[in-house]
Amino acid sequence: MSLSHLKRLEAESIHILREVVATAQTPVMLYSIGKDSAVMLHLALKAFAPGKLPFPLMHVDTTWKFKDMISFRDRMVKEHDLDLIVHINKEGVQQGIGPFSHGSATHTDIMKTIALKQALDKYGFDAAFGGARRDEEKSRAKERIFSFRSDGHQWDPKNQRPELWNIYNCRINKGESIRVFPLSNWTELDIWQYIHQENISIVPLYYAAERPVVRRDGQLIMVDDDRMPINKGEEILHRKVRFRTLGCYPLTGAVESDADTLEAIIREMLLSHTSEREGRVIDKDVDASMEQKKKEGYF
Amino acid sequence: MTSLSNTDISDYLKSQEQKSFLRFITCGSVDDGKSTLIGRLLYDSKLIFEDQLAALEKDSKKIGTQGQEIDFALLVDGLAAEREQGITIDVAYRFFTTDKRKFIVADTPGHEQYTRNMATGASTADLAIIMIDARKGILTQTKRHSFIVSLLGIKHVVLAINKMDLMSFDQEVFRKIDEDYRGFAKDLGFEEVVSMPLSALKGDNILSVSENTPWYKGPSLMDHLENVQIDRNEDGNPFRLPVQWVNRPNLDFRGFSGTIASGTITEGDEIVVLPGAKTAYVNSIISADGNVSNAEFGEAVTICLDRELDISRGDVISKADNRPEITDQIQAHIIWMHEDEMLPGRPYLIKTNNKTLDGVITDLRHKVNVNSLEHESAKTLALNEVGLVNIKLGQKIVFESYAQNKSLGSFICIDKFTNATIACGMVNFGLRRASNVHWQAVDVGKESRAKQKHQEPKVLWFTGLSGSGKSTIANLVEKKLHAMGKHTYLLDGDNIRHGLNKDLGFTDADRVENIRRIGEVAHLMVDAGLIVLTAFISPFRAERNMVREMVGAGEFIEIFVDTPLEVCEQRDVKGLYKKARAGELKNFTGIDSPYEEPEAAEIHVNTVENTADEAADIVVKKLGY
Ligand SMILES: Nc1nc2c(ncn2[C@@H]2O[C@H](COP(=O)(O)OP(=O)(O)OP(=O)(O)O)[C@@H](O)[C@H]2O)c(=O)[nH]1
Ligand SMILES: [Mg+2]
Repeated sequence: MSLSHLKRLEAESIHILREVVATAQTPVMLYSIGKDSAVMLHLALKAFAPGKLPFPLMHVDTTWKFKDMISFRDRMVKEHDLDLIVHINKEGVQQGIGPFSHGSATHTDIMKTIALKQALDKYGFDAAFGGARRDEEKSRAKERIFSFRSDGHQWDPKNQRPELWNIYNCRINKGESIRVFPLSNWTELDIWQYIHQENISIVPLYYAAERPVVRRDGQLIMVDDDRMPINKGEEILHRKVRFRTLGCYPLTGAVESDADTLEAIIREMLLSHTSEREGRVIDKDVDASMEQKKKEGYF
Repeated sequence: MTSLSNTDISDYLKSQEQKSFLRFITCGSVDDGKSTLIGRLLYDSKLIFEDQLAALEKDSKKIGTQGQEIDFALLVDGLAAEREQGITIDVAYRFFTTDKRKFIVADTPGHEQYTRNMATGASTADLAIIMIDARKGILTQTKRHSFIVSLLGIKHVVLAINKMDLMSFDQEVFRKIDEDYRGFAKDLGFEEVVSMPLSALKGDNILSVSENTPWYKGPSLMDHLENVQIDRNEDGNPFRLPVQWVNRPNLDFRGFSGTIASGTITEGDEIVVLPGAKTAYVNSIISADGNVSNAEFGEAVTICLDRELDISRGDVISKADNRPEITDQIQAHIIWMHEDEMLPGRPYLIKTNNKTLDGVITDLRHKVNVNSLEHESAKTLALNEVGLVNIKLGQKIVFESYAQNKSLGSFICIDKFTNATIACGMVNFGLRRASNVHWQAVDVGKESRAKQKHQEPKVLWFTGLSGSGKSTIANLVEKKLHAMGKHTYLLDGDNIRHGLNKDLGFTDADRVENIRRIGEVAHLMVDAGLIVLTAFISPFRAERNMVREMVGAGEFIEIFVDTPLEVCEQRDVKGLYKKARAGELKNFTGIDSPYEEPEAAEIHVNTVENTADEAADIVVKKLGY
């Protein structure tokens, strides 16, 4: 008998999680609160059971996340007795950086990429788990599971370490680090299927509900708090919507939907004609934007 | 699918879970159409989302190779550099599902320069599509990839004879390439080679059998991929669990975690932990599903035993009645994956499935000519070359041959300083010599010999550029120690290069071997109780560290004679720098061959601030005499 599909993925991820804990000095899990992070956390809890997680979680908070995400995060921390670090780029906040005033690119760079690098340096983490999947985007499809970053957190896509079998090279010199992606080989469907099978809690925003939104540049943007400026000609609509991915609320498009159960979400996903990244405002700026951001240290 | 109702979803998910699974790669020479094929497979299977398709159409017009038509390769060539140059640089992993199966495909680069990335993709695949451009037939790169596919243990090959549209779908062209390939591949150990005439660009014989090739009866590529049967011998083999991590959250729990490398385990089984060879019984097994009564190959588990045993990462648990082998010397095929050539004698790190240890390639038996598959004698391996080597490991490992068990028979080599992954290896067998040639247990030991001489044996290792003053200082130090009644011996160019090492030149490989031999001699002399002084340039950190590790802790004293290159060159006592500058002397350290400075030498002197005699005094003083 060979293992079923999800069992195989699950075992591979657990192997990766344990390998890092066995070899890294100061690992951390980057927890972005979305569905992929939920699955990654669930797998980690299994990998080290019956013990506690042998590393902290870190959330890089841009201060523009959906309110529901933050309350979900805090609930998880309590439920699983997790060790959580929240990092905010203080200088960014002082300068009043935000997506509305500075645009998505500047905001993401300062509040996310730079903030992440600050946090990694501050705590001296040598290995950081991320929940990215190869099926998300074309440069991700090229990335190793153990993705080496130079001093300065840079990714060199043209010179990646060979990665054979499940033997991972975790060795680094001082100042260098490794980003590790235990979910590399999972697809969006696998993630939903696993959430369904394992009954994993996810942020309510994934389920359709009536929410206040504004139509802007072809996207439905949710009015999550009063920092959202309502432009002339725009009106706040109350629509039944949900989100396929979660991020900063001003940069995440909602989809109109009636899917308020997990089954309905999966069905909608199966019938969808667009990819989940469609709802992300930041990726479409430049053709190679994700690769460029990763080179600069983005996850 | 529009009729999927809520109740259908659970059934649908169940059917997804029951689907079988295949990992495959595309490989072959440059521009044979590998990426195009994958793009075509995804496109024809309707697996591309609308937003991705819109982007593909836009990109095709802008940077594609097909004019106004869709360039399917752009679906997989995702890096900016790849899209600009129209080539694949690194492996892309893509995922797709059909009604029958789930697939992970790795699209690998054809360029020789990126062979290591091809090997990366191949290491986890069960099937390889080897592409051939029908116009060009079998090329060196086709052969190289076929050989690597075979080395990595892939048994199922599809020979995709592509671009048949450019050869008018001529059966004779197909027949000839098929025949040539089978002739070449007969000794590569493939279980099955299925040849297909394709046009990746136009879609012939991809999803269904094409009307353009009435002489080809099938199967189509997709048909074959959906139905090919892969048997892994790890399923039926004896139980092996490499211990990856010891789980000790509190005093009451102690479990051994790892991924089962083969076989099955059941509660109550008697197990043995190697290499220690202690036995115990399995009390409980925790899998991803919690406590279970048994577990199988591929599962990541934690095992608890009925008694306290000292087990750590690197050990292997097997059943007591069927044990793997243990050795500290192996013979293996390696694929060299770095620009710096492989140097026999240089210490590298070897990482196996669950252990990192020191290793030295003691012997390059031969390298393989990928074109003819013939064995050729060689002293080193360059980037992308394959060789059969003997490796001496710093500790014992528990292993099986790669053919028997991929997990227990594979390893990577890591550079000790840059930490780059520089090679991958597949174990053929263990060399028994190591365990048989035990050190003769002699009654008179190092300690008693040293005691008789009233001294602590040591290696005083002088390193520095040519003309830095190593020999002069070492000579003076020896004189001073001798005068104090110490028993010493000085190894340097004169008594080594003309005798023991007269067969060695000045290539990197020879320099490594030179230092290795000197290290061994010094080691023996330390064992004899002597204070050994050596005066060699010894330019590489790796070899100096190797000698350091050879002798006992605290016995290796590295003395860096840190005279700057300009000064050495100005002095040029032997006129060597002048010759080297004129190009008459090749591989001269400091000029066209590197000198790696010590990072933490015990003693640091130079002959600019001090005379040689003063420097010698500093050394003697630092030594505490
Ligand atoms: N006429 C014709 N052209 C093809 C076919 N398959 C691929 N091509 C063209 O051949 C060129 C190379 O295709 P790629 O798919 O990039 O080749 P590759 O094997 O992936 O190349 P590397 O990954 O760089 O080694 C492109 O211009 C393709 O459009 C085919 O079946 N017929
Ligand atoms: Mg390609």
